Amino acid sequence: MGNIVSLRKVAKRYTRGKEVVEVLHSLDLDIAEGDFVALMGPSGSGKTTLLNLIGGLDRPTEGEVIVAGEHIDRLSGAALARWRARHVGFVFQFYNLMPMLSAQANVELPLLLTHLSAAQRRANALTALTIVGLADRARHKPSELSGGQQQRVAIARALVADPTLLVCDEPTGDLDRRTADEILGLLQVLNREHGKTIIMVTHDPKAAEYARRQLHMDKGALVDGQQVS
Amino acid sequence: MLKQTLAVTLMNLRAIPQRLGTSSVIVIGIAGVVAVLVSVLAMATGFHQTVANSGRADRAIVLRGGSQAEVNSSIARDNLLTILDAPGVRKDAAGRPIGCGEIVTIVNLPTIDDGNLSNVTLRGSCGQLAALRPELKLIEGRLFEPAVRELIVGAGAAQQFRGVTLGSRISFRDSDWTVVGIFSSGGDAHDSELIADVDTVQSAFRRSLYQSVTALLDAPSSFDAFKDALTTNPTLTVDVKREPEYYAEQSKQLTKLLNFIAYFVGGIMAIGAMFGALNTMYSAVSSRAREIATLRAIGFGAVPVVISVFAEALLLALLGGALGAALAWLFFNGNAVSTLGANFSQVVFRLTVTPGIVVSGLWLALFIGLLGGLFPAVRAARLPVVDALRAQ
Repeated sequence: MGNIVSLRKVAKRYTRGKEVVEVLHSLDLDIAEGDFVALMGPSGSGKTTLLNLIGGLDRPTEGEVIVAGEHIDRLSGAALARWRARHVGFVFQFYNLMPMLSAQANVELPLLLTHLSAAQRRANALTALTIVGLADRARHKPSELSGGQQQRVAIARALVADPTLLVCDEPTGDLDRRTADEILGLLQVLNREHGKTIIMVTHDPKAAEYARRQLHMDKGALVDGQQVS
Repeated sequence: MLKQTLAVTLMNLRAIPQRLGTSSVIVIGIAGVVAVLVSVLAMATGFHQTVANSGRADRAIVLRGGSQAEVNSSIARDNLLTILDAPGVRKDAAGRPIGCGEIVTIVNLPTIDDGNLSNVTLRGSCGQLAALRPELKLIEGRLFEPAVRELIVGAGAAQQFRGVTLGSRISFRDSDWTVVGIFSSGGDAHDSELIADVDTVQSAFRRSLYQSVTALLDAPSSFDAFKDALTTNPTLTVDVKREPEYYAEQSKQLTKLLNFIAYFVGGIMAIGAMFGALNTMYSAVSSRAREIATLRAIGFGAVPVVISVFAEALLLALLGGALGAALAWLFFNGNAVSTLGANFSQVVFRLTVTPGIVVSGLWLALFIGLLGGLFPAVRAARLPVVDALRAQ
C-alpha cells in the first residue's frame, strides 16, 4: 500500500517571550495506508505536536506535510478545516464530547459538515454507535455515561464520516486498565477489520502493543521504529 | 454553512442553563438599562401627550406679540371685543362670539404625597367656558358663579393636592375660595388647573389685563381668516396660534429635556451593561473553549462559531430588554405624576409606555448585546485550537 502520511524535513518552532523553542527538528516520516502507529516518548518529546501537524490542527515552521495526497502545510485556514472534516477523525484523551448533546447528536456532529439528510445522519450515527457497542446508549448524555463509554462515543464520532485516518491523542490516558484494553481492542478491530489508518499518541507501553508499529520520539526527533506483529 | 451555524448556535443556547449565574448578569444589567430608558421616555411621552393634546384645531389662542406663553403675555381689556369680532369666530345661539379673555396665575397648594407646597395654575375664564371648551365636563358639583369666590378643580389637580375636594375652601390672596365643582378635560393640561371667573380672579390679584384670548372658530379652516384679520389690524400687536400648535410648543422644551435625560442616563448605564455583557460572553467563551476547539478540529468553520456567540449575546440581551420593558410597563405605565409646566405650575400627566418606546428599548438592548458579543466572538474565532483541546 502507498503512504498516506509523508513528512519531509519538518521542523516546528515556538516563540515564548524572547526564547525560541524548537519542538521538532527536521523530521522525516512515512506512514502507510492501513497502518496502526503508536507514537511514544517522554513528555515534551514532540509527539503531540507531530500528531497535530498530521491531523492538520497545526502548521510546520519548515518542511512539507503531505496527508492523503494533499500538501496540508499549504492550505488556508478554511481549506484546512474542510480538509480535516473530510479526512481526519479525532479521538482525544478527555473525549471532548458536547455535554448538552446526546451520544447520537455528538456522533452526528461531523455529518453536519456533509450534504447528508437528517435521516441519513441519524442512520449513520446509529451505525457508528453500533460498531462501538453503544447503540443502546444513543439517547444518553455524556454525563450519564462512564469514561469508557464516553470514549467509545468519541470514537464513533471520529468514525462516522468515514475519514481517511484516525488521530488519537492519549485515547486511554483517562481510563482504567480494563476499560483502556477495551478501547484499544476496539481501535485494533477498526484497523484490522475496517482498514482504518490509525495514529495514536500514548505514554503507555501496553497501549502501544496494540499498534502494528511503534515510533519513539525524544527531544523532537524520531529515535527508532519497532514493527509489532 | 447555515446547518453548521444553526447546530453550533443551538448547542450554545442549550448550554445557557449551565451558565445561569453569568448569563443573568447580561439579562439583569440590560433589564436595568431598558427599564430606566423606557420609564423616562414614558414620562416624556406622557407629558407631551398631555400638553400637546390640550387643544382643538378649531380653537385659537391669541397672545401678545412675541410672547411664548400665557404667563408672559398681556392683552388690554379693550382689545377683547376687537379680537372676538374678527371673522371666523363662532357665534352662540344668541349671536355672541364664543371666546374668553383669560388670565393665569399661580397659587400654592400642599401636595397629597408630602404636604409640600407646589404651584398650581389658577385660570380666570368667562361664563362661556362650557361652550368654549366642550371637552371640559363637570364630574361633580356645578360651574363657578361670577363675582363670588368660587372655583372648579381639574381631576388631575384633585388627585395631586390636598384640600380641593367638593365643598372645601382654599385660602389665597387673603380670602377663601369655595370648590364648587370637579371637572375632567380628558387628561389634558387643563386637568391640572383650578378655574374661576376671570373678573373675580383679576379683582383678587389686582390685575386689569387679560393674558390671552381663546376663541372657538367656525371651523379649522376659519383660522387663516381669523389670524389675518388680527395680525393686519394696526391697533393690535398679537400672535395667533391654533391651540394644538401652541400646546405642542409648550411641551417641546421639557419633552426634549426628558428625551435627553433618557438617552444620556440610559447611555451611561448602557456602557456599564455592555461591560457586563462583555465579561459574561468572555466567560462563556472561556468556559466553552474546549468545546469550541473540538468543533473547529472536527472541521466547523470560524464563522458559525462567531455567529453562535453573537446569537447568545443577542438572545440574552433581548431577554433583558423585554424584562426591563415589562418591568417599566408594570410599575410605571399609567402612573400619575406632575412636573413644572410652561406656566411655572404643576402639570399632572400619566407615564405612557407606548409600543414605540418598547421597541426603542429593545433596539438599545440589542445594540448592547451586539457590542458585548463582538470581542468575545472574535476571541472565540481566534481561539488557539491546539491549546484549547488539551485544556481540562
